[in-house]
Amino acid sequence: MKSLGSIRRDFAPWNDPNAKPYIQFDKVTKKFGDFTAVNNLSLTIFEREFFALLGASGCGKSTLLRMLAGFEEPTAGRILLDGQDLRGIPPYRRPVNMMFQSYALFPHMTVENNIAFGLKQDGMPKPDIAARVGEMLKLVKLEQFAKRKPHQLSGGQRQRVALARSVAKRPKVLLLDEPLGALDKKLREETQFELMDLQQSLGLTFVVVTHDQEEAMTMADRIAIIDKGEVMQVATPAEVYEAPGSRFVAGFVGNVNMFEGKIAHGEAGAASIDAGNGITIRTENAGDAATGAAVAFAIRPEKIRISSKKPAGAVNAIEGEVYDIAYLGDMTVYHVRLDDGHVVRASTMNAARITEDPLSWNDRAWVSFRPDAGVVLTR
Amino acid sequence: MSNAAVTAAASSRAAAAGKSALTRLGEAFVGRLVIIIPYLWLVFFFLIPFVIVFKISLSQTAIAIPPYTPVLGFGDGLSGFFAQLKQLSMDNYTWLTQDALYVNAYVTSVIVAAISTVLTLLVGYPIAYGMARAPATLRPILLMLVILPFWTSFLIRVYAWIGILKPEGLLNQLLLATGVISQPLIILNTYTAIFIGIVYSYLPFMVLPLYSALEKMDYSLIEAAKDLGCPPTSAFWKITFPLSLPGVIAGCLLVFIPAVGEFVIPDLLGGSQTLMIGKTLWNEFFANRDWPVSSAVAVILLLLLIVPIMLFQRAQARAQEQDR
Repeated sequence: MKSLGSIRRDFAPWNDPNAKPYIQFDKVTKKFGDFTAVNNLSLTIFEREFFALLGASGCGKSTLLRMLAGFEEPTAGRILLDGQDLRGIPPYRRPVNMMFQSYALFPHMTVENNIAFGLKQDGMPKPDIAARVGEMLKLVKLEQFAKRKPHQLSGGQRQRVALARSVAKRPKVLLLDEPLGALDKKLREETQFELMDLQQSLGLTFVVVTHDQEEAMTMADRIAIIDKGEVMQVATPAEVYEAPGSRFVAGFVGNVNMFEGKIAHGEAGAASIDAGNGITIRTENAGDAATGAAVAFAIRPEKIRISSKKPAGAVNAIEGEVYDIAYLGDMTVYHVRLDDGHVVRASTMNAARITEDPLSWNDRAWVSFRPDAGVVLTR
Repeated sequence: MSNAAVTAAASSRAAAAGKSALTRLGEAFVGRLVIIIPYLWLVFFFLIPFVIVFKISLSQTAIAIPPYTPVLGFGDGLSGFFAQLKQLSMDNYTWLTQDALYVNAYVTSVIVAAISTVLTLLVGYPIAYGMARAPATLRPILLMLVILPFWTSFLIRVYAWIGILKPEGLLNQLLLATGVISQPLIILNTYTAIFIGIVYSYLPFMVLPLYSALEKMDYSLIEAAKDLGCPPTSAFWKITFPLSLPGVIAGCLLVFIPAVGEFVIPDLLGGSQTLMIGKTLWNEFFANRDWPVSSAVAVILLLLLIVPIMLFQRAQARAQEQDR
């Protein structure tokens, strides 16, 4: 079975037409004065899903999360949780909990009391609270820090306390606002996997807001890419990367080479694109783009081969000059200036330590790719 | 190694150590200079005057200039000085305990100051809270408005309250005109007038520390509390109030300490019916010209206030530690 990306997902309720949506944003609009933060947005999230809202700062993703938590009310539209309209329900009565970007730990309470805070609000019996707090401390490996105050902890430890506090009440949905934003890179990567494990073991629905595409790609089952208060695409990380729905998504997630042109001749998905200056690109992924339509051809750098001689039998091969090389260890990135001035980025995995035919700056080189390597974007 | 060599080595080491100790001492002196200046200030303008007042409080009143005896001096040599010293006594302090007037004045002052402090807190907290939650662009203006009364003389502002509170004053005229009351309220020359005067005058001292405590509080803490199932009122008592406690303590002590010894407000607004220690001291000093007794009153007042002042210092130190 063929699949986009290199993983197979068994958990995919979004492909099941009978699956019951868990969280629904139904034509939600949120305005702050004249500014429209969220514009007529609809979105469906399923139970036990790890869902990421990805976008640049100010795109409205945090507003979506805050509306779900109850800190903001939509100007128009409905938000449903497990079939229940959330309008008018204050944050302290919603079965969702949030992990704040700033962690928002109560500075005058110990780690223990921070975690127990929500449980006490629910009037849980004391022995049960103690048991649950112990369980949570164990989960985030902070047993020996129970009596400390937040200011006596490191950034990573605080993040764990915030996490433990927000899952202690076993909410139906956990909302995470840039949960790893304040951690350094190495800790962030470790914590990404821990969050995924936690979500698996607790069986909760996670909605995470992030501006870090790598974070979203790593953790999420599906990603919604948000721009100017609108959903640009909702898809699995592999789909977002390999089959972006628009120029914006292709450019937002990962690196991409974009050729603007017109469909010169197309039938049944295959087409040749006239990209100007004598460059013609043959592709099998034209979809239903009609002949003459203005399109963009998008291709990822790692799907472009670079060689000093024209590869025999290549369907797409364009000549240019190497003008920049970046050696990153695991791969090498070449910037090739085509003869029409267009710069193409091509990356090669350094699968072997020794390369037979190395390229240098200002070398003539050919960039080539297979007809199924790129996608045609009409939007 | 020979003995001589050991001694030489030891002595050179000692010399090196001595030299470095000397330079260290010099550096320490320069470093301390910054602290010495305020200490000198306190010695000259607080400690020495206090010692003088304390000495007068041990003297006897006399019809003379200055109006007490003995006047310490070396006119009769060292033995004369010691003879004068022997005349000092604790008589004035025993007098203070014997006359109920003084005890009453102290107790009333502490009670009036305590009630005023609570009232100021009740009025100041909502103001400070509102300021801290106001849009950031508006806050400097609000802060300015709180400080603005300081631009007018304190005395004039207290005088103005007489015009408002007197039986035919602005407040009574307003209440009579609107039909809320049919007889003018007697507010002036009562403890109520003193409370109003103290709350009004000391409000900025309450609002400013409260504001600074509330303003630096992260609002997401309240959101987090709500998110965890805490209704707004409960969130206030569990999160906002405990976190503003350093501000509450600072504000209360900044109001309480000067209010105990307050003279102008009880004198102008409290009239002759009210009894407070500041006024008693004034009368003792200017009406009775009894310097020794009034000095004793002042010394006792100072001792009374040392407790809250020390509490204030402790609270400040703790708040600073928390910030770190």
